[in-house]
Amino acid sequence: MPERIMFTMGDIACAEGALSAGCRYFGGYPITPATEIAEWMSLRMPEVGGAYVQYEDEIASITSVIGASWTGTKAMTATSGPGVSLMLEAIGLAVMTETPLVLVNIMRGGPSTGQPTKGQQGDIMQAKWGSHGDYQIIALTPASVQEMFDQTVQAFNLAEKYRTPVFVLADETVGHMRERLVIPDEKDLELTYRKLPSGPPEEYLPFKPDDDLVPPMALLGSEYQFYATGLTHDERGYPSDKEHVQIELITRLNDKILKNADDIIDLERFMLDDADIAVIAYGTPSRSARRAIKDARAEGIKVGMLRLKTIWPFPDDTIASLATEVKHLIVAEQNLGQAYYMVKASAAPTPVHLMTKPAGMPQLPHEILDKIRKVDSI
Amino acid sequence: MTESAPVLRHPMSKYIREDRQPWIYCPGCSIGIVTNMVARAIDKLGLDFNKVVVVSGIGCSGRSSGYFKTGTYHTTHGRAIAFAEGVKIANPDLEVIVISGDGDIAAIGGNHLIHACRRNIDITVICINNFNYGMTGGQFGPTTEHERYSQTSPRPIGNIEHPFNLVKLAASSGSTFVARWTAVQARRATRSIERAIKKKGFSFVEIIGACPTAYGRMNRLGDGLKMHEHLLEVAEIKNGLPPHEAELEYESKIICGEFVDIEKPEYTAVLRAAHTKFKESI
Ligand SMILES: Cc1ncc(C[n+]2csc(CCOP(=O)(O)OP(=O)(O)O)c2C)c(N)n1
Ligand code: SF4
Ligand SMILES: [Mg+2]
Repeated sequence: MPERIMFTMGDIACAEGALSAGCRYFGGYPITPATEIAEWMSLRMPEVGGAYVQYEDEIASITSVIGASWTGTKAMTATSGPGVSLMLEAIGLAVMTETPLVLVNIMRGGPSTGQPTKGQQGDIMQAKWGSHGDYQIIALTPASVQEMFDQTVQAFNLAEKYRTPVFVLADETVGHMRERLVIPDEKDLELTYRKLPSGPPEEYLPFKPDDDLVPPMALLGSEYQFYATGLTHDERGYPSDKEHVQIELITRLNDKILKNADDIIDLERFMLDDADIAVIAYGTPSRSARRAIKDARAEGIKVGMLRLKTIWPFPDDTIASLATEVKHLIVAEQNLGQAYYMVKASAAPTPVHLMTKPAGMPQLPHEILDKIRKVDSI
Repeated sequence: MTESAPVLRHPMSKYIREDRQPWIYCPGCSIGIVTNMVARAIDKLGLDFNKVVVVSGIGCSGRSSGYFKTGTYHTTHGRAIAFAEGVKIANPDLEVIVISGDGDIAAIGGNHLIHACRRNIDITVICINNFNYGMTGGQFGPTTEHERYSQTSPRPIGNIEHPFNLVKLAASSGSTFVARWTAVQARRATRSIERAIKKKGFSFVEIIGACPTAYGRMNRLGDGLKMHEHLLEVAEIKNGLPPHEAELEYESKIICGEFVDIEKPEYTAVLRAAHTKFKESI
């Protein structure tokens, strides 16, 4: 399809991004503020020969997405906090069986049912640590309607490349805001597809990685037979309770993300070159911060922003080196401090100031400006 | 020159990962028998084995998928049906078979079972009902009979709950093919599994099995052999009986047979037709 221009909301841009990335299976359960993704998919999937399947709950939704992915179909689900809470066990299964999938969390107020129609960034740590065990996750944090599209495409590419579940972690404001969206011509999109096995099927070892630590993925229905299990398994995919097998598998699953962090991490540096103060923000608060920084600059305060377009794996090296260039860091996030602790650990001993707001309306530009002034006067 | 003794191979071994032997199952367990039934049904139907997908959840029964030499997947506890639905919808050309336990399919996964019946997706679910959670050591579950003993319903009181009758549950939820056999009725059960696989719609086959190690021990039902002898004794074949009359009383009467075989539009077929209709409309 040639380039299209829409004036639309973040949720719909996300669904369009998925479709452009080649997603042909959506398994979901309606929930505010992610429902529009499901609704848009129910409308669009038949047009592209894909499936919109509405399940009885989020556990079935994500597990079916794992199943669809193993047939070679790009697959996704979209939900909000309560749904993610139900999906956590399956996220671990997807990590352990190295299943590419995209999971969109349009973050609303929590805990529990919280404020369904209001935004928050309260699920940052849940995305990282929600399922049990030691694992890494990839999470993208778009801040505009265009980025909802672009980063959903990117999420599919990363999921396919690293054979892993990838979060699109957007706050409700980004999900529901309306802006101009440019959907590029199909042929201008760079799309990634998982590595498939080659060579004699009898010799195929389903969990033997290549040098990039990612094993080629056999598909259900192909001549390559395999056993995929959430149990700790060796290169053949066979369960094992041996200590060395656990250590090797868990180390590799972590390393395939951590050792490729430079390829995955996506950051925007805004007015940082001469800055004394760096604001760290992602999602909607980064939009307020951008304005606040311009205003502060007009007052002569040397401030800039490191915007996290991806939040996991965490960019600790970049923040550590930034901390040697600035005198203060401010973390502005729409929660009581989650990325803050990661920044603090990376930036020490440079002081890190927290600007929290665990509620529906994100920090406004003038509020962030006040914080910048205060920190500047220290 | 010495001649090595000829190695006798099981006729179904071509479907089995022999490098994973021995099985994890206890002596006298029914799960191996059911695995054999499924292999024989696949063999009889002459299916392209590469196109067969075997999925299971967690439990002793849930380990069965891993022994089949095709695309196999061991999901989390209770979610085999949900995984299978995703596979079948994404690629309707595959033959998708779920094999799992009563706990996996009717307790933690019970919601997925009834909704998959309702949705009528063309998958085959084989539930090995051994009346308890074998793998975790024998606690009561959704099919444990009233007053039976288990690790969590000990003597002298026993189970204060009442069991599901899985045939009735599947039938009333809309399953288009429903059968029940015991593990000793291997030939009949295999034939029903063949029909279940061939059926264009959701199929549910319950196989009543023995878990001598946990359930048998706690209820003093004897060893595996004795338990299987008992199953043969109490099995009553009543093909075509209305499913709501398919009673199950372990002690005295296990009604076996095929109870439902009806036609309904199948989910993936309807979806394909919708795609065609859409293409024609533009
Ligand atoms: C979420 C979760 N809860 C509990 C368990 C522990 N668990 C493993 S198997 C099992 C019961 C299996 O029972 P059933 O499905 O009847 O299989 P059987 O072992 O009897 O064949 C339980 C409770 C688990 N693995 N995951
Ligand atoms: S515990 Fe019971 S169900 Fe599990 S393998 Fe042993 S006999 Fe079979
Ligand atoms: Mg059981």
